Amino acid sequence: MTWNDMQPLLWQATWETAWMVGLATLATVLLGLPLGLLLASTRRGGLLQNAGVNKLVGTVVNVGRSLPFVILIVAIIPFTRWVTGTTLGWQAATVPLAVGAIPFFARLVETAVADVDGGLVEAVQAMGGSAWTVVRKALLPEALPALVSALTTTVIALVGYSAMAGTVGGGGLGTLAINYGYMRFETTFMWVIAAELVVLVTLVQLAGEGLARGLDHKRPATASRWTLHRTVPTQTSAAPKAAETPAPEPELTGSAQR
Amino acid sequence: MITTSDLRKVYRAQGRPGSTTEIAALDGVDLHVRQGEVYGVVGTSGAGKSTLIRCVNLLERPTSGSVRVDGRELTALSPAELRETRRSIGMVFQHFNLLARRTVAENVELPLELTGLSRRERAAKARELLELVGLADKAKAYPAQLSGGQKQRVGIARALAGDPKVLLSDEATSALDPETTRSVLQLLRDLNRQLGLTVLLITHEMDVIKSVCDSAALMRDGRVVESGTLHELLERPGSELARELFPLGEGEPLQGSTLLDITFQGEATAQPFISQLARTYNVDVSIIGAAVETLGGRQVGRMRVSLPGSFDENVVPIGYLREQGLQVEVAA
Repeated sequence: MTWNDMQPLLWQATWETAWMVGLATLATVLLGLPLGLLLASTRRGGLLQNAGVNKLVGTVVNVGRSLPFVILIVAIIPFTRWVTGTTLGWQAATVPLAVGAIPFFARLVETAVADVDGGLVEAVQAMGGSAWTVVRKALLPEALPALVSALTTTVIALVGYSAMAGTVGGGGLGTLAINYGYMRFETTFMWVIAAELVVLVTLVQLAGEGLARGLDHKRPATASRWTLHRTVPTQTSAAPKAAETPAPEPELTGSAQR
Repeated sequence: MITTSDLRKVYRAQGRPGSTTEIAALDGVDLHVRQGEVYGVVGTSGAGKSTLIRCVNLLERPTSGSVRVDGRELTALSPAELRETRRSIGMVFQHFNLLARRTVAENVELPLELTGLSRRERAAKARELLELVGLADKAKAYPAQLSGGQKQRVGIARALAGDPKVLLSDEATSALDPETTRSVLQLLRDLNRQLGLTVLLITHEMDVIKSVCDSAALMRDGRVVESGTLHELLERPGSELARELFPLGEGEPLQGSTLLDITFQGEATAQPFISQLARTYNVDVSIIGAAVETLGGRQVGRMRVSLPGSFDENVVPIGYLREQGLQVEVAA
């Protein structure tokens, strides 16, 4: 099989994978984000503390997460047919992908949101903000870098799941690898597909990391200068003078304490 | 301006399975903060002062008792009314609680976004407030780029955004070094004078009380042990707060002598009463400890002196000192 034979097939399959991962990601964000927020805010000490709701949602999420993906695909076939009208092709694969990723993402969202400093929630409440204001102005914006990282992890997991779905007729790169690489013994083609998946995952990871870093303002922009400043009082001749005046580095204390 | 009466807050802690222990963080607190004053609540950690200040804007809902701010009973308000009222109560926090992903100006604008002001009005107001706290040049910086003192100034500017009548300060200077503490306290004092802002602050540092407060309350085990204006406290015999404000040390009384704690303020500070005492009664006065401070523009001092002889032998000199308008307590 020559590169010319492979190219159109690869192109077609890549698009299918992109579509199913893309749509599943969209559904995951739309449903997983509110679910994660609900989990975080109904926790003990949360914004809308509610043990009953938390337990209920938590159980549903746990069940969703503990089902192996291959079994999930088969188990929800009636649901998939009801949603898409078919059980084959990338359109059908999108459904189990989303169903599998929503609880996964919801847990990650929960952790990211619960990590936001409770003091910020209090600050917004003290200025007269409602629970919704707290979510909109404090929780979501402050958790955004962590949410982007969570989404990156989820998308990468979805690429992996999509290949699994491909083995049972889900379309995309997974189907291609099974049909040509395995059944027709086209080992080279198999490796080409594997390489493409590696490149895809790496790109998603790099893009996600870059975006998360760009959104994070927690560290000062001049990180190297900051470390330099910190070490100065203990290493130079300024040390004895620094000992006379307590807390000689006011511009550092704040960040150091956080 | 702020009145709490019989405020109680009981926490239920889960002990061993089946048993719960009740901890009273506030055990019947009556507090009265007058309009336009800076009122300091001091106490060791665990005394309940943090719970108290959080009950004043109902971040913590008291178990019983009433909280009145500017004539409104907060515990009786609906959630929407409470949110509305909180907009006129500013609060600053020990750890600043600034949003890391917003610039300084955006942080100050946050409370204004809740009131539905236009973008331009918000920006103008934020600029004005940052000017007021001396951070106009940092408007576009992020909190992580600021020092602790600057962060607290942003916190103060944010608390003032809703034009509050009352400012609550929850250990606002406890995370700051002494010099920064002084400048932040000075700012609070200036705001109190310029804007007529009523300030309720809690702290564990006596120095904070000494440098900015008009009135103070001492809390212990969820109760207010002592309260009043600083001048009242100093005039009150046996006042614990006065003793804490002017620590005279643990002077061991000399054998066969009388130890006196003398408090003097206002006109009395100008009198050379020690030398007059020595001359008139021919007694040798030794000074064990002394402190003089300016409180609210008035000179106030405390002194511990020792007179030879027992109390009975010193009744006349003590009477003389009291006649001079000095407050004299016999310590030993």
